Amino acid sequence: MPSGSTPRAPAGPAASASERELLSQALALHLPDVPTDVPGGSASALLPILHHVQDALGFVPPPLVPEIAAALSLSRAEVHGVLTYYHHFRSAPAGRHVVQICQAEACRANGAEALRPPAGARLACAPGQTRADGGVTLEAVYCLGLCATGPVAMVDDKLRVRVSAAMLDDWAVRFESDKP
Amino acid sequence: MSRPMVWIPRDAAALAAGADEVAEALTALASRRGLSIDLVRNGSRGLLWLEPVLEVSTLAGRVAFGPVQADDIADLIDRGLLDESTAVSGPSEALAAHPLHLGLTEQLPYFAKQQRVTFARVGLTDPLALDDYAAHGGWVGLDKALAMAPGAVVGQVVESGLRGRGGAAFPAGIKWKTVAAAPAPRKAIVCNADEGDSGTFSDRMLMEGDPYTLIEGMAIAALAVGATCGVIYVRSEYPHAEATLREAIARATAAGHIGAALRGQGPAFRLDVRRGGGSYVCGEETALLESIEGRRGIVRAKPPLPAIEGLFGWPTVINNVITLASVPRILADGAAAYHAFGAGRSRGTLPFQIAGNVKQGGLVEAPFGVTLRELMFDFGGGTRSGRPVKAVQVGGPLGPYVPEKHWDVPIDYEAYAAVGATVGHGGIVVHDDTANLAGLARYAMEFCALESCGKCTPCRIGSTRGAEVVERLVAAPVSLKGAQEELLRDLCDTMVSGSLCAMGGMTPFPVLSALDHYPEDFGLPRSRATGEP
Repeated sequence: MPSGSTPRAPAGPAASASERELLSQALALHLPDVPTDVPGGSASALLPILHHVQDALGFVPPPLVPEIAAALSLSRAEVHGVLTYYHHFRSAPAGRHVVQICQAEACRANGAEALRPPAGARLACAPGQTRADGGVTLEAVYCLGLCATGPVAMVDDKLRVRVSAAMLDDWAVRFESDKP
Repeated sequence: MSRPMVWIPRDAAALAAGADEVAEALTALASRRGLSIDLVRNGSRGLLWLEPVLEVSTLAGRVAFGPVQADDIADLIDRGLLDESTAVSGPSEALAAHPLHLGLTEQLPYFAKQQRVTFARVGLTDPLALDDYAAHGGWVGLDKALAMAPGAVVGQVVESGLRGRGGAAFPAGIKWKTVAAAPAPRKAIVCNADEGDSGTFSDRMLMEGDPYTLIEGMAIAALAVGATCGVIYVRSEYPHAEATLREAIARATAAGHIGAALRGQGPAFRLDVRRGGGSYVCGEETALLESIEGRRGIVRAKPPLPAIEGLFGWPTVINNVITLASVPRILADGAAAYHAFGAGRSRGTLPFQIAGNVKQGGLVEAPFGVTLRELMFDFGGGTRSGRPVKAVQVGGPLGPYVPEKHWDVPIDYEAYAAVGATVGHGGIVVHDDTANLAGLARYAMEFCALESCGKCTPCRIGSTRGAEVVERLVAAPVSLKGAQEELLRDLCDTMVSGSLCAMGGMTPFPVLSALDHYPEDFGLPRSRATGEP
């Protein structure tokens, strides 16, 4: 393809009514907090807004990116940049169950690295991925602050300490039993 | 008959070990047996290997049991846990004989040998109860500060010798003095609660266990420098700390301690909580400010210092949680009382965090001057695995591994710097003899590659190259190892000298210390000209 003639990416699907409603809620909540006398001050509502949306939906739908940008007088690139810079934010839904196993030093000292292969095998999910059936997302995280009782994991917003291969088995069984 | 008082922590470390289930079991069983109890969900005492710790009040003090699980509750009640005789004369023979019975909490050697100053209330009180806070010395520091000239408040912090507990150890009073002297219509107090270092959890425990101390410390800072707003930037990995802080701020504001007028009489001080996004580098102060302002967490070049141009360009005090939380006691008891603790130019206490492969992991607040050997063995009890300690990393992922010959060096900032070690935020991660230091060195580089903000080349590219070179060094035949080692040391030199912030500038420390002290893990001979023996 000749350079320079690449067409602009077509606009994605439009945000749904409920997504728009969620965004206006987030704006109403967080825009009043921004300093109005600072140039670009409204951008400081960006992270709280992204959190608000993700807390509700589990991810930030891409169609909301241009809408957030417009509301905060930012470019789409700026919002996209922030959304993709921070590990916490997702642009697509995670699995029904999210398993995050800490891989930082204190957990490594207690065998966290050795948990990776059995975690992948027992949850049938590649590390850093969401399983094809949407059942499980398996991720590494770096420090959950319970470093005296590692290995530590966050499983569906619940912290777990002294994680063992046997616990992985329990989770795998539980996840299979509550399939929709 | 007065109702028996029972404490079960709400600290995340206790919750992860089943504290909520224990509390539910206790409440359910007590009500089934017609017993009414006062259950307080306190912070953690810091004996984390024993969590969930259940405490019951007796006239002699609180008696602890741990680690308690929900199905232990029936047995404990059967043995008289909630009996009036326990509250009056202590546990019965049967209760004292329970395998989980630990004795009087404050007489447990792990606790008794500590010097609790900043953490004095953590685990003792209900973290959100304002009357509990006031009854245990809360607001005394702020009230004293309100009766002083702002300059005198700064003077107290200078005289106390308090230095930044986040890791950089910059004198807090000097930072405050700079902000106080900066002429500006608006100033801010920012609390760095982005505690990302593996092996550290003192910020989290304080925010969950005694949030009003942090709020009071920030209010004193505001008063001292003339700031009217404050922000606590909490990492997204700490949902419990965030929830506790939000509730504490709401209650302290509603009760008039902060908000429109400090303690109902002083200047206004509005406090907000901001949640991070899982970026390690946002623990760097300028990246943190960028993040609050709504941008990627990219490190700013300094100068200007945040004290001159910080949040939104306003002069800003930015301090770590423990730094700010140490201030109320300094004002309450006087700078000299705080300064009396410590060693050399490191004054006061540090909440050390004993973590990793250790039998008795937890939080130990002690004056500077304590040694690593005392922390690892007298408190920590050696490794959890029972194997010999091979390596210990002090000061987080950017701190070097401290070799055994330095385990008896009294820990203070200068003494540690003199032997090439860092105190950092006081995190201690113990590894047993199954650890592979070449693997940990490669991980240090990989973590830097993952978390680098990308602004400066030595960090952004050096970290990826670093991980590759460590791998090549390990895989190389003996005859070719020399060239790879030279390359790695050269690369580390570039990162140390050429990086904009501590991320790239200190990642080489654990790598080089691994290479110097554990060459055999890289397949290198033990006795070599380079490095230390």
